[in-house]
Amino acid sequence: MSETNIDIVKQGLEKRYGAEKRFRIYGVCAIAASLIFLAFLFISIGTNAYTAFQQTFIRLSVYFDPEILGDTTNKESLASANFPAVVKQSLLKMFPEVQSRSEKKQLTSLISSGASYYVRDMFIENPALVGETVQVWLPADDDVDMLIKGHVERGVEEGERRLNNNQLGWIEKLEKDGNIEKRFNKIFFTTGDSREPELAGIFGAVSGSFFTMIVTLLFSFPIGVAAAIYLEEFAKKNRWTDIIEVNINNLAAVPSIVFGLLGLAVFLNFFGMPRSAPLVGGLVMTLMTLPVIIIASRAALKSVPPSIREAALGVGASQMQMVFHHVLPLALPGMLTGAIIGMARALGETAPLLMIGMVAFIVDVPSGFTDPATALPVQIFLWADSPERGFLEKTSAAIMVLLTFLIAMNALAVILRKKFEKRW
Amino acid sequence: MDTNMNPTMLLLTILFLSVMGFIMGKRRSYAVANDAGGVSELHSRPTYYGSLTALWCAIPALIIFSFWLLFESRIITDLVISSLPDQLQNLPADRLNLIVNDIKNIVNGNISSVDINPSMVAAAEHYKKLNSLSHASLTVIVIAIAIAAMLVIQRTINPKLRARNHVEQMIKYILIACSTIAIFTTIGIVLSVLYESIRFFRVIPLTDFLTGLEWSPQMAIRADQVGSSGSFGAVPVFMGTMLISAIAMCVAVPIGLMSAIYLSEYANRTFRSIAKPLLEILAGIPTVVYGFFAALTVAPMIRDTGAFFWLDVSSESALAAGLVMGIMIIPFVSSLSDDVINAVPQSLRDGAYALGATKSETIRQVVVPAALPGIVGSVLLAVSRAIGETMIVVMAAGMSANLTVNPLKTVTTVTVQIVALLVGDQEFDSPKTLAAFALGLMLFIVTLILNVIALVVVRKYREQYE
Repeated sequence: MSETNIDIVKQGLEKRYGAEKRFRIYGVCAIAASLIFLAFLFISIGTNAYTAFQQTFIRLSVYFDPEILGDTTNKESLASANFPAVVKQSLLKMFPEVQSRSEKKQLTSLISSGASYYVRDMFIENPALVGETVQVWLPADDDVDMLIKGHVERGVEEGERRLNNNQLGWIEKLEKDGNIEKRFNKIFFTTGDSREPELAGIFGAVSGSFFTMIVTLLFSFPIGVAAAIYLEEFAKKNRWTDIIEVNINNLAAVPSIVFGLLGLAVFLNFFGMPRSAPLVGGLVMTLMTLPVIIIASRAALKSVPPSIREAALGVGASQMQMVFHHVLPLALPGMLTGAIIGMARALGETAPLLMIGMVAFIVDVPSGFTDPATALPVQIFLWADSPERGFLEKTSAAIMVLLTFLIAMNALAVILRKKFEKRW
Repeated sequence: MDTNMNPTMLLLTILFLSVMGFIMGKRRSYAVANDAGGVSELHSRPTYYGSLTALWCAIPALIIFSFWLLFESRIITDLVISSLPDQLQNLPADRLNLIVNDIKNIVNGNISSVDINPSMVAAAEHYKKLNSLSHASLTVIVIAIAIAAMLVIQRTINPKLRARNHVEQMIKYILIACSTIAIFTTIGIVLSVLYESIRFFRVIPLTDFLTGLEWSPQMAIRADQVGSSGSFGAVPVFMGTMLISAIAMCVAVPIGLMSAIYLSEYANRTFRSIAKPLLEILAGIPTVVYGFFAALTVAPMIRDTGAFFWLDVSSESALAAGLVMGIMIIPFVSSLSDDVINAVPQSLRDGAYALGATKSETIRQVVVPAALPGIVGSVLLAVSRAIGETMIVVMAAGMSANLTVNPLKTVTTVTVQIVALLVGDQEFDSPKTLAAFALGLMLFIVTLILNVIALVVVRKYREQYE
């Protein structure tokens, strides 16, 4: 008896079901691969980052020696008062056995070179401290910080360490006396950039980003919404509006670095605007986010049902009144959502800012739209380039801060959408 | 501090005047209405008379304000240069630029890089004077125009004035102006990149740029300098870009496509609602984070793995950058493919099932072929993304332009070179800086072509099933 068709099909079935199963597994694997990578990325950065929120401090009994400080009665002489020496003296006093010049130098290098600023600020606040002894926690040098946090092994050969055996001994003594301690790293959140990892903070970069984003929001949201309204509600379908549409879609896909080139050639070189300014950064970001906002706003306008427009026109509203009194309020939540997402993208954008000079090393916290500034992602880029071990955790921590902002913005967008979304 | 208003104050003043204009216009309309016998005698509602005054008060003033500020610094700089002593004026352009920078530094009270010479101090004084003069005249002109406009409109308000129509017309023009900004942006990009590129191609012929095999943009400053050949053959750079993009696509296309297929065809609603946003997170992570991750974690990992197999892997290998870039692009491929797969009509699937096909056979032989144009479009968009991606390659790929297709070696890309040439100390007008714009032009053209093709393909495909 010959094989019937159904037998042929049945013979192949097992193989086909196998293929079916494999195909499904490929799909699961693909998704799993992306998610595993996502988790890996967060864990890798998170484990590097969390130690940066703490900082090693050394407790010193600072004696405000009138002999070292000299005349502290007026501002000029105070500015030249030798606070570093005050700090060094107090440290040396804790280790009276240290006598030789080179050893002294090694000992004083345990404390951050910026520690004297904190002592000075303390003194300026309270000039009555002269001749007094005060217990102060001062930031330790980044090498000490790395050692205390366990990023540097104590067991390795002396030549391979940045701290020698003497220094290790002193640190152990400080530890035993409870004079060295990890505390919450306020410096990281309140200062600008620094060459010293233990003194570097993200506040300058965050303010730079803030000013840039303000400029971006002020320009891109009104312009984007206006453009969307025109294209969606008023423009007739003709060649002109076609060109605009194609243009907007293209701009949305142009590499961001090209916008940076535009900013460099037009804003800086042609119009002579200041380099490194949040104003210029904001303008470049505006051009970059405009397409995103226009596209999102048009989608929001499209989702408003025509019946609303017809009703408004029916009771005698002009077209402009119809749009601004009835359609726009209904579309606004959708537009805002789009704007927030666009802003989140702009906040994470780095490349165009490199082009317009927002990569300079800037210590001061910017206080206006034309002050030299960097932005948070650029700060991450700059720190990632630094060779010091101490900047590694700072970079990761700055990334955590950036991601926190981004997550907050996206969450806000989701909440807005959930709260105001209307199904007609 | 001088007595002039700074621009922010002036801007606030204009806004204040315009609010005043609104109130006055509204009041005036009530007044004329009462004379004529009640508000119903007005052509438009009083608010429109207010708005008309406010718009006329603000818009001309704002236009003058912004153009003035845009061109102010340029014009003043030119004036200052023309008043410099002759021996300074005749310096080459880059030296002159330095001097102008120094003058500006003196003006801002920063310490300048050279010891201050008297003619420059004089120039700085001149600059300051012109600057305050300019600000003063701007303040006067803008406020005068705003007030004049306010007064003129006040006089013309009468019950017959068609204020609503005027206001709506003006708003419409504003809307049109806003919508043309996209065009101006494109024109701006094309002109700025093209202008500098043409200057570059005057020095380095286009054919050398496109076919040369050696890229080392360091120009010799002294004639006898070693290792600064200044050759601008961009082929290695293009090859590097293509290599890294190809690696990225090898990661992104299979994973992205399979994810899209699984999510749209197999996954149940809950799985989809969890997995999809998680995938989208990958697209939302800033590229600088990927770059850091690639340089810090992935590249050493690949190098160590390579060392384990006795392979010599560069610590800035194309593989690391390409791999991480591929991961970044997964959501682009998957979400766009998801859309096109969902757009395939259910009737096609039902037809295949009715013939006895299994689900995977239906997907492979019916759904994917039907969705192919859309998928190709999304892949093209992803390629253009990969080519234009900057931060990952700047941080994880190398600087040396090797002509190789070995993914374990260091290569460089167009975007890396643009950043390298333009960040830091740059000499203006040297072929080195101009080369960045030529690379930018290539980048813009290639991504533009890819985008246009992709958009056209996707649009055609959508229309097919609608």
